[in-house]
Amino acid sequence: MAKLTLEDLRRMRGEKQKAMEMRESSNKDVQVVVGMGTCGIAAGAKDTFTALVSAIDEKGLTNVLIRQTGCMGMCHSEPTVEVVVPGMPAVIYGHVDAATAREIVEKHIVGCELIEGKILDRPSIDIIKNG
Amino acid sequence: MAYESYVLVCGGTACCSGGGTDVVEAFKKELDAQGLSGKVQVVVTGCLGFCEQGPIVKILPQGTFYVQVHEEDVKEIVAEHLVKGRVVQRLCYDPEQAKKLVAEANIPFYQKQYRIVLRNCGVIDPEKIEDYIARDGYKAIEKVLFEMTPEQVVEEMLKSGLRGRGGAGFPTGMKWKFAQQQPKGQKYMVCNADEGDPGAYMDRSTLEGDPHSILEAMTIAGYAIGASKGFIYIRAEYPLAIHRLEVAIGQARDLGLLGDDILGSGFSFDIELRFGAGAFVCGEETALLQSIEGNRGMPKPRPPFPAVKGLWGRPTVINNVETLANIPVIINKGADWFSKIGTATSKGTKVFALTGKVNNSGLIEVPMGTTLREIIFDIGGGIRGGHQFKAAQTGGPSGGIIPPQFLDTPIDYENLAKIGSIMGSGGLIVMDETDCVVDIAKFYLDFTVDESCGKCAPCRIGGRKLLNYLKKITDGRGTEDDIVQMQNISDAMCKASLCGLGQTASNPVRSTLRYFMDEYMEHIKDKKCRAGKCSKLIQYKIDPAKCKGCTLCARKCPAGAISGTVKNPHVIDQSKCIKCGQCELNCKFGAISHG
Repeated sequence: MAKLTLEDLRRMRGEKQKAMEMRESSNKDVQVVVGMGTCGIAAGAKDTFTALVSAIDEKGLTNVLIRQTGCMGMCHSEPTVEVVVPGMPAVIYGHVDAATAREIVEKHIVGCELIEGKILDRPSIDIIKNG
Repeated sequence: MAYESYVLVCGGTACCSGGGTDVVEAFKKELDAQGLSGKVQVVVTGCLGFCEQGPIVKILPQGTFYVQVHEEDVKEIVAEHLVKGRVVQRLCYDPEQAKKLVAEANIPFYQKQYRIVLRNCGVIDPEKIEDYIARDGYKAIEKVLFEMTPEQVVEEMLKSGLRGRGGAGFPTGMKWKFAQQQPKGQKYMVCNADEGDPGAYMDRSTLEGDPHSILEAMTIAGYAIGASKGFIYIRAEYPLAIHRLEVAIGQARDLGLLGDDILGSGFSFDIELRFGAGAFVCGEETALLQSIEGNRGMPKPRPPFPAVKGLWGRPTVINNVETLANIPVIINKGADWFSKIGTATSKGTKVFALTGKVNNSGLIEVPMGTTLREIIFDIGGGIRGGHQFKAAQTGGPSGGIIPPQFLDTPIDYENLAKIGSIMGSGGLIVMDETDCVVDIAKFYLDFTVDESCGKCAPCRIGGRKLLNYLKKITDGRGTEDDIVQMQNISDAMCKASLCGLGQTASNPVRSTLRYFMDEYMEHIKDKKCRAGKCSKLIQYKIDPAKCKGCTLCARKCPAGAISGTVKNPHVIDQSKCIKCGQCELNCKFGAISHG
C-alpha cells in the first residue's frame, strides 16, 4: 500500500467511520463479534467462532459479518460474543460455547429473539462516541 | 418479527436470591394481561453487575437501568415505561442523574467503569488498522506532528497529571521533560510490556485488543523527546500479543505511519520488538535496558536515570503499556478533559485485573478514587460462594494486603501507600476467610526469592531469611522473636536494596504483620491456622460421640496413627498423623473433622 499523506489519513478515517456506522445502526448488515484475546481463546473462542461460521453457512445467511476483537474484560464469562442485528439492541452474550453459538444464529439472528440466561451488560460507555 | 422492547432481568446469584425470579414471572404475567407479550420479550440474563442494588432490570432498546426492582414495582414499569414510554424515576439508580442524562443524551451512565485505556478493547478488530483509524486512531499523531511543538506535547502531558501505571507512579510528563532537555542526538523510546505480577494481565489484554494505540503513543513520545527509535520489550510468553504487535507494526509501516517522514511531516520514527525471557526483575527499568542491550538483566544504581543515560548510554524514556494507552486520548481530548477524571493527585483511570474469590473476575477500568467496595461488590459481584471478604492484595509481590476496614477508601496512589500497599501495575486479588495471610505472604516471598537477581545482598539474603521465617511459622515452629527479626529484615531490605524489587519485596510481610498480627500469633502460640491452609498446623480429631467404632479410618490411615477397638470410639495419635485427610474423607458418620 502506498504511504499515506495527511489528507489520505483523514479521508480514510471519514470513510471508515461511515462504514462502521452503517454496519451498526441501519438495515444492512448483521454483525457478530467474537472476543479473541488469550483469555477468550483459552476458554474456547476458536470453537465458538467455527460453530458460528458453520451455522451461518448452513442457514445460507449472506448478510452476516463475523469478526474478531480483543478482550472485552469479562473474563468470568468467556467466550463472549456481541451480536448486532438491525432493529434490535446490540447484545453481548457470555459463556458462548458451540451450542450457544448455533442458538445465537437460529434464535437471535434468524428468529430475532434474545436468548435466555447469557446476556451481559456492556461494561462502560464508549468514550470515543459519547465523550 | 423483532420485538419492540426487551425486559432484561438479571439472573445473577445475588439478584435471584433477592427476588429476581419473582420479578420475571410478574413481568410475564403483567405483559400477558396488557396484551404486550408479542411486543415485549422478557429475558433472564447473566450477571449485569451492580449486585448490591439488585434485583436489576434493564429495558432495551432505551437502555434504562432499574435497581431494587421487586414484584410490586412491575405493574408500574409496564404501565409507565412500556406502554407510555415514561421512565420510572424512583427506580433509577440515581434519579437526579438519570433524569438529566435520559433527557440529554439517553446515556445510561450508571456504570462504575470508565474506559480510556480499554476504549477499543473488545470493540475493534485488533488486526485491522482501518478499525483503529475509524475510532480516532492516529488522529493524535496528526495533531502532534502538524499542530504542536515537542515542548507543547510535554507541557500537555504535565498538565494532564498522568502518572506511570507500571508501579511507582512517576509523572509521565516529567520523565519526558528530562529526556527532552538532554542534548540532541540519538535518544530512545521504550515500552515496558514485561508484565510479571502473578495474576496481572492488563497489559497483555491491551496489546492484544488495541496494539495500534501503543504504536501511536510511542510515536508521540518519540516526537516529544526527539527519539527516532522505539523498542517494545515484551515477554516471549505472550505469543498472541506479539503476533498482533507484529501485524500492527507491519500495517503502520506500509501506510507510512511508522518509518521515514511520517505523513510527510519530516519526522521519522520506527519501532522494534525485543523479547524477554520472563525474568521478573526485567520489569525494573535499568534491568530491562540491560536485557535489551543483550546483557544479563540486572539492575543498576540510579542516578543516572535512564532519561539521562539509558539504552547504550543515550537518553531513554521507558513507559508502561497502560500509561502509553492513555496518551492518544489525552492529546485528542486535551489535558483539561483528562485531569477532570480521578482524584486531586491521581488523574485518569486505572485498569485492574480483578481475580481471586470474586464472582465476576475480569479486566476492569475505573476512575481513580473508586473504592475497593465498588470494585469488589458492584463490578465484581461480591465474594464467590457466599464467603466473607477478608482482604484484597494489590501490586503483586511488591504490594500489600488491604483489610476490610479500608473497603471504602478511595483508591489512588497516595491512599494505597498510606495503608501500606501500592497501586502497582494493577493486579487485584480478592481473598476470603479460607485464605491464610501468612501463607499468602509466604507465596509472594517464595516468588521474589526465586526472581531476585542476586546482585545486592539485602534482597538476596534478606528475602531468603524472610522466607525461612515464614516457613518456620507455617510449619508450627515459629517463635515471637521471629516476628521481631522479620520486622528488622524487612526494614533493612526496604532501605538498602538496589532496585524496586528488593525495596518492595518485604511489603507483603510488612502489611500482613500490620493488619493480621493476631493470625501470626495464632500460628506461633496456638499452632493453629484458622483458614486451614497451613497443612502442618491442621489437627484431625475424632468426635467420640459420633464415632461408631467401625475401624474404617484405622484401616485407611497410611501412617497407622489411629487406634481403637471395634464399636468403641477411636483416637488419632497426633505425633504419627501426616495430615493426609484420608480418615475424614472416608468416615461415614462425619465423626472426623479438622481445624
